[in-house]
Amino acid sequence: MTQKNRVNGGLIDRSSRVNFQFDGKTYQGHNGDTLASALLANDVRLMGRSFKYHRPRGVMTAGSEEPNALMKLRTGARQEPNSRATVTELFDGLEARSQNRFPSLKFDFMGINDRFSNFLTAGFYYKTFMWPRAFWEKLYEPVIRKAAGLGSISFEDDPDSYDKGFLHCDLLVIGSGPAGLMAALTAGRAGARVILAEEDFITGGRLNTETYAVAGMSGSDWARSVMAELESLESVRILTRTTVVGAFDHGIYGAVERVSDHMLAPESGKPRQILWRIYSKRAVLAAGATERPIAFENNDRPGVMMAGAVRAYVNRWAVTPHQQVAVFTNNDDGHRTAADLIAEGVDVTGVIDVRPDAPSLAGIEVFAGARVVNSKGLLGLKSVQIRLANGEIRDLTCGALGVSGGWNPNVHLTCHQRGRPVWNDAIAAFVPGGEMPAGLTVAGAANGHLSTAQALQTGAEAAVSALTGLGVSAAAPDLPEAEDAPNSLTPFWYVKEGKGRAWIDPQNDVTVKDIKLAHQENFRSVEHLKRYTTLGMATDQGKTSNMGGLAVMAELTGKSIPETGTTIFRPPYTPVAMGALAGRSIGKNFHPTRETPSHKWAVEQGAEFVEVGNWLRAQWFPQPGETHWRQSVDREVLQTRKSVGICDVTTLGKIDVQGADAAEFLNKIYANGFAKLPVGKVRYGLMLREDGIAYDDGTAARLAEDHFVVTTTTANAVLVYRNMEFARQCLWPDLDVQLISTTEAWAQYAVAGPKSRKLLQKLVDPEFDLSNDAFPFMACGEITVCGGVRARLFRISFSGELAYEVAVPTRYGDAMIRALMEAGEEFDAVPYGTEALGVMRIEKGHAAGNELNGTTTALNLGLGRMVSKKKDCIGNVLSEREGLNATDALRLVGLRPVDSKEVIPAGAHLMNADGSVSAKTDLGYVTSAAYSPILGCSIALAFLKGGGDRMGDVLRVINPLEGQEVRAEVVSAHFVDPEGERLRA
Amino acid sequence: MLKLKSITPLGADEARVDRFTGLTITEVTERALVSLTARNDQADAIRDKARGLLGIDLPDIGDSAMGNIRSVFWIGPESWMIDMPYSGNEYLARQVKQAMGDSASVVEQTDGWCRFDLEGATMNSVLERLCNADSANLAERAVTRTQIHHLGCFLWRQKDGFAVFGPRSSAASLHHALLQAAQSVC
Repeated sequence: MTQKNRVNGGLIDRSSRVNFQFDGKTYQGHNGDTLASALLANDVRLMGRSFKYHRPRGVMTAGSEEPNALMKLRTGARQEPNSRATVTELFDGLEARSQNRFPSLKFDFMGINDRFSNFLTAGFYYKTFMWPRAFWEKLYEPVIRKAAGLGSISFEDDPDSYDKGFLHCDLLVIGSGPAGLMAALTAGRAGARVILAEEDFITGGRLNTETYAVAGMSGSDWARSVMAELESLESVRILTRTTVVGAFDHGIYGAVERVSDHMLAPESGKPRQILWRIYSKRAVLAAGATERPIAFENNDRPGVMMAGAVRAYVNRWAVTPHQQVAVFTNNDDGHRTAADLIAEGVDVTGVIDVRPDAPSLAGIEVFAGARVVNSKGLLGLKSVQIRLANGEIRDLTCGALGVSGGWNPNVHLTCHQRGRPVWNDAIAAFVPGGEMPAGLTVAGAANGHLSTAQALQTGAEAAVSALTGLGVSAAAPDLPEAEDAPNSLTPFWYVKEGKGRAWIDPQNDVTVKDIKLAHQENFRSVEHLKRYTTLGMATDQGKTSNMGGLAVMAELTGKSIPETGTTIFRPPYTPVAMGALAGRSIGKNFHPTRETPSHKWAVEQGAEFVEVGNWLRAQWFPQPGETHWRQSVDREVLQTRKSVGICDVTTLGKIDVQGADAAEFLNKIYANGFAKLPVGKVRYGLMLREDGIAYDDGTAARLAEDHFVVTTTTANAVLVYRNMEFARQCLWPDLDVQLISTTEAWAQYAVAGPKSRKLLQKLVDPEFDLSNDAFPFMACGEITVCGGVRARLFRISFSGELAYEVAVPTRYGDAMIRALMEAGEEFDAVPYGTEALGVMRIEKGHAAGNELNGTTTALNLGLGRMVSKKKDCIGNVLSEREGLNATDALRLVGLRPVDSKEVIPAGAHLMNADGSVSAKTDLGYVTSAAYSPILGCSIALAFLKGGGDRMGDVLRVINPLEGQEVRAEVVSAHFVDPEGERLRA
Repeated sequence: MLKLKSITPLGADEARVDRFTGLTITEVTERALVSLTARNDQADAIRDKARGLLGIDLPDIGDSAMGNIRSVFWIGPESWMIDMPYSGNEYLARQVKQAMGDSASVVEQTDGWCRFDLEGATMNSVLERLCNADSANLAERAVTRTQIHHLGCFLWRQKDGFAVFGPRSSAASLHHALLQAAQSVC
């Protein structure tokens, strides 16, 4: 019979028929069901196997706190493990499978673990798998992981997309039970911007699961009426299927909206989930409370559930977990469950109430002062054994047992800023306390107000208080008449009778015995207890188990529960998919890219690209017949040095510096002097950190007395700008200087090689004289090209050749590279990429990022004299530290292999030609190495101790990691044109 | 003499338009931008000069002044961006500098930015998937700096929509982010 456990009523759509599968078998449910409620309706109690002992397990709760009913949903790339059946909205075509079992849920070979439970206690593997050490990673851990665990992932890429977003509100209301609805209604009526976030797919919270009337109607009807009003208010935004997972600084909350989790697959283009960052001025936490169990021997059998969950299944989902149900309680809530079951015609075989003065209940046998001491039923509960108040033992037949040990307010979000909850004796639970997230107030059951009337009242009060703090006048609505039952709980944590295991944390298979063992072995602090036993870890984070564990430890140590304390609750409140955290920043969209102005053209040329920061730069331009990158790079270098080459250098940072004190400012920023740089000239400059270490180099071109353009290295463009802005605002605020980045605004091309002038003369408008006399080395100017396009020209050279950099507005960058190449045809001009750029600068001995590596000084770089002592600059004083100026300090030198066929490896270390090889005899290291097609051999730049005095020496270049050793001669770092004749030609 | 032809930040000859239900994303390429920053103690002077040159008052913090042809929006302390049609104003920076003299620093910014205009009923829903600016609460003319897809952008509320300015070199990435958010919402 299908859905044999359905009863009357409920908030499901009985006219709908939803087909789904569990472990390959097809079942039916209704819209409005969860996977758990639909399985229970179909008399499926066995839903999983436990983590360590592979004990049969069934659903325990009806909410996100569920520790047992964890399943794999969907198949293929969309397979998602450890999904809680209790919050999985049923949809047609849903495929669910049990996990952590082999070969089937009913017959799980690993159930053998349960037989060895005496050996598998808390911390067993810490003690057991000690030797041999190497076995841990290769044998023990893989075997343990195979034997114990939860679900598995598919290892396929997630095909769905996830959004991130940002929301703003005056008041964030977390939870839409009676307190949350009342808070939202109060604030909404006052015109405040309200966001109401509800984890469930319907609003109303416990109002949907209880039978008590509110304002003369059912709780769910009242909730619907309030929702109708809230939905009519423009300033109120309602987010269902949205869990607020974290409380962060300044009133910012993280929330996950499950947009498409209730569908087989998201609609085209739509996200699976959205991770919202909610900026709230105030927030009301109305997250309710979680019922806690009472531990007893074999209390983990399928069918043993929370009493409140049983009520939820009966009243909201019209499902009884079994045809025969018993209740075990220490408070009146258990009686509510029994009454609601009876109202639906379910056979309630008894209420076992630990309170000697338990109230009676019409039509049900109430065992006052009794307790459940054991249970029977291998794959599902068949009966419980109870000890009556008079000591007598009795067996009570039941297929489900609703357990209520009281309620724990959901204080989690109040603790995310390290707030410590405080103990409330009246409800024997922790309630929010200490320093809470700024702007957060707590209402309803989350604050320990467990009756509906109290929830309604405190919800309204919290909203009024929050809005008052914002200067918004709000009046609390008239409170509807509602249940206001007094607290009736007698604290009772676990049954001390029996030698078997009583489960405290079913998700992690932590028993009372494990906690006793932790105590015995002196892991008594709650934080140690958690790590030693794994109590409260994994997907449920101990929502149903923490308090029980604390209570047992408190009893063992002779302390009270508040003295024992709690572990810290941290975000996220419930598990968050990695996809939601990543959002759209995945794959090639992990970060934005920056395209150079010649990108489109370079793609057409078949260029190979390299990421430099976010920039995509052409690395080399392969030609037909070239099968190795070196062939392309060698050709580009040779042709540039022979004729002319063109390279997109737009990526270099460009900072526009203006103001009456611009020159003085740069004089302080750069180590070398800029005050006297003439207009129309460019100067190479070196920047130091405050500690005297060199951190960036580049040029500054003076376009006017009060106007410079500073270029930086590509990698440091942002850093240099930030440092300059800091200096402008904070170090020398009186200087009249204005800065702004213009990196993006100009397309800039290096035109290098002996024919570069001739090439440019074809493009630069004729009124601009490019002769050596009129436009010498290090000249700059504003010009026009191609018949009037505004441009800038700099005669600077990174390659060591006669070279220029020409800049045009970026929109003309594509046309400019095409024009340069077309004009260069008669000179066999080549485009060159970053590899050829790198080879040529090594040949010329120019430092780059490899040399400006955060540890080197101007002295090391051979630029010591650039640090002017006639003026002050950032880093000047500390560059004079003794240690940085030792006579044998590292100096930049060139290296050339003795045997020209040998290759000098980058990163290798330098040792004398003879003697031992050790850190003590280390003389320095290779920073940059390349094959020089001009010299026909490998060359390198290196830092060598006392390098200036070792020209001509032969050293060993050692790479101990790969056993390489190359003999190399120390030479000048300027392999090409050391006199600089070419670039001045 | 070879002639140079301009292309859009997205690398095309024509500006791109993407239409969704409730949203149109329009690439705007025919505007000239120039930054205007007061030299020390010259803010009042350039306000006067800007009024004379542009016929509008330089706006306060987070605000803009919008005329039929020319507009100005605030970009930082005593710093503004002048926005005018590109046609006829390719040398806008030179013109502004001449008018301002030594009282201001003026920098050509036209090609430093790409611009996408968003219009339609869903524009706020799309923007809330992209940036932490409270776009629904931005008054007409308001301007703010915000991050979209890790990119520093200006978000400028206009009469019927928003203008998003992002770094030109990342136009493709910014456009991709806008399209994805639009597809997600619309």
